[in-house]
Amino acid sequence: MEAFWIILVGSLIAVSCALLGSYLILRKMAMVGDAISHAVLPGIVIAYLLSGSRETLPMLVGAAALGVLTTVLIELFHKKSNLQMDASIGITFTWLFAIGIILISLFAGQVDLDQDCVLYGEIAYVPLDLWITESGYNMGPRTVWIASGLLLLLLLFIWRGYKGLFITTFNEEFAKALGIGVAFWHYALMGAVSLTTVISFESVGAILVVALLIVPPATAYLITTDLKKMLLLSSIFGILSAIGGYYLASLINGSIAGAIASVAGFLFLCVWVLELLRKKRVISI
Amino acid sequence: MISIETHNLTVSYNRRPVLWNIDFELPTGKIIGIIGPNGSGKTTLLKAIMGLVPTSSGYVKIFNQDLEDVRSRVSYVPQRESVDWDFPASVMDIVLMGRYKKNNLFKRITKADRDIAAEALEKVNMLEFSNRQISQLSGGQQQRVFIARSLAQGADLYIMDEPFVGVDAATEEAILNLLHDMKNQGKTVVVVHHDLQTAKDFFDWIVLLNTRMVAAGPKEEIFNKKLLQEAYGGKLNVLSQVGDLMKEKAFNVREK
Ligand SMILES: Nc1ncnc2c1ncn2[C@@H]1O[C@H](COP(=O)(O)OP(=O)(O)O)[C@@H](O)[C@H]1O
Ligand SMILES: [Mg+2]
Repeated sequence: MEAFWIILVGSLIAVSCALLGSYLILRKMAMVGDAISHAVLPGIVIAYLLSGSRETLPMLVGAAALGVLTTVLIELFHKKSNLQMDASIGITFTWLFAIGIILISLFAGQVDLDQDCVLYGEIAYVPLDLWITESGYNMGPRTVWIASGLLLLLLLFIWRGYKGLFITTFNEEFAKALGIGVAFWHYALMGAVSLTTVISFESVGAILVVALLIVPPATAYLITTDLKKMLLLSSIFGILSAIGGYYLASLINGSIAGAIASVAGFLFLCVWVLELLRKKRVISI
Repeated sequence: MISIETHNLTVSYNRRPVLWNIDFELPTGKIIGIIGPNGSGKTTLLKAIMGLVPTSSGYVKIFNQDLEDVRSRVSYVPQRESVDWDFPASVMDIVLMGRYKKNNLFKRITKADRDIAAEALEKVNMLEFSNRQISQLSGGQQQRVFIARSLAQGADLYIMDEPFVGVDAATEEAILNLLHDMKNQGKTVVVVHHDLQTAKDFFDWIVLLNTRMVAAGPKEEIFNKKLLQEAYGGKLNVLSQVGDLMKEKAFNVREK
């Protein structure tokens, strides 16, 4: 049963990340997830200082606020001052992350908080945190419900917003010329990425979120010619990584998150080599 | 009738003006060229007309109204290099974007939309490529897809940025024919173009641009050495082209 819950949560998070990551890659903003996952640190520390507890909710709120601030700052530096997107991402998150570190060291005496506990949620603990109702009924792990809710929300967003996301991702200027609110779509997507990043790394850890946002969509991008297929394929690669990663981890008795990220990377490599061979064959024919 | 009117239009990037005091009124039902050397502000002018860049002063009117009130009658074809052609989308997906509107963004694409898109592809001779991924198109085919997307909008005014750049002779001919068809249907087409050689064949009307507006009017009035020199400045090879142009005084006007 434990294996089932861990694989289920891993897969739910993997699909959420794969869907959003596909859009991020096509918008050339793949590193935004990385940026958010670091930049939320000061938000978490401030939330901790203000609430004085390690309750999840205040921390999530603090993290989400900083996540949104991160995307606003990135966009501001990029659009208002013509700074390249990658430079803008780099400046924003290193700076915010540094503030988080300083806050932690300043309050180290009073704060029982370190980067490990805020940045590296552990997927292996998923089955331990059960949701027991008032009447004592066991609903299963809490994370399963949170991750399912998140995925449902994202599916609704992408299903309803497909055209809006499609046109603003492919050709923002043309969308603007049609009178479409491109800022709305940008921030809707960034808000979704912030939410996903924060929720996911609370349950599976930061490194894994960043890997799942980028690697499965990049793998799908190699072999697809159609956005809908890219969304589907990257979800499948994400799920395969979660399943493969779990069994790899139990085989070598290692970190599950690390194993999932490794399997995702390994899948990318396989697809990349196969594609290379296929192209060679096409040319030599 | 006036298609586009600009008054005292000034646009700056980082406080450096790249368009200065542009004042013109363009007619309707004509093929109009916006001509000027590289960096003379042609793309910026189109973007200012479409409300895509902030203006420092002046205003733009389209069909005597604000852009917001006539948006559905105006179609914009951006420079081909402004998008990523490796995007996972088919030719049809792109052309269908011409049917997207602010108020149907959350609705599904209809059969009527598909029919209109197919018709537009037919007009640019690209119907057989409907399902092809856009990364597998030549430059000329990409340009045709962009024009088809614009046609699918069913507008009255078309504003195109450098549609003749990097296209083969067949595509150039096809696009020209299309522009004339559109003109015959009473549409107005404004085209950014940097090649002086072909400009006199392509357009009825010309706006000469070099940060400032050098001149605007019917091409017979614009193609004189003084104005062209003013627009193209001391660029030697261009000046010799101007000389050639002056020699072939006869403008073979396309009559239909
Ligand atoms: N986004 C921008 N930021 C700063 N300068 C720009 C930007 N876009 C264009 N420019 C500058 O504005 C001038 C006019 O550019 P543009 O309108 O693209 O000219 P054209 O289309 O005639 O070649 C050029 O000097 C160009 O370098
Ligand atoms: Mg240009």
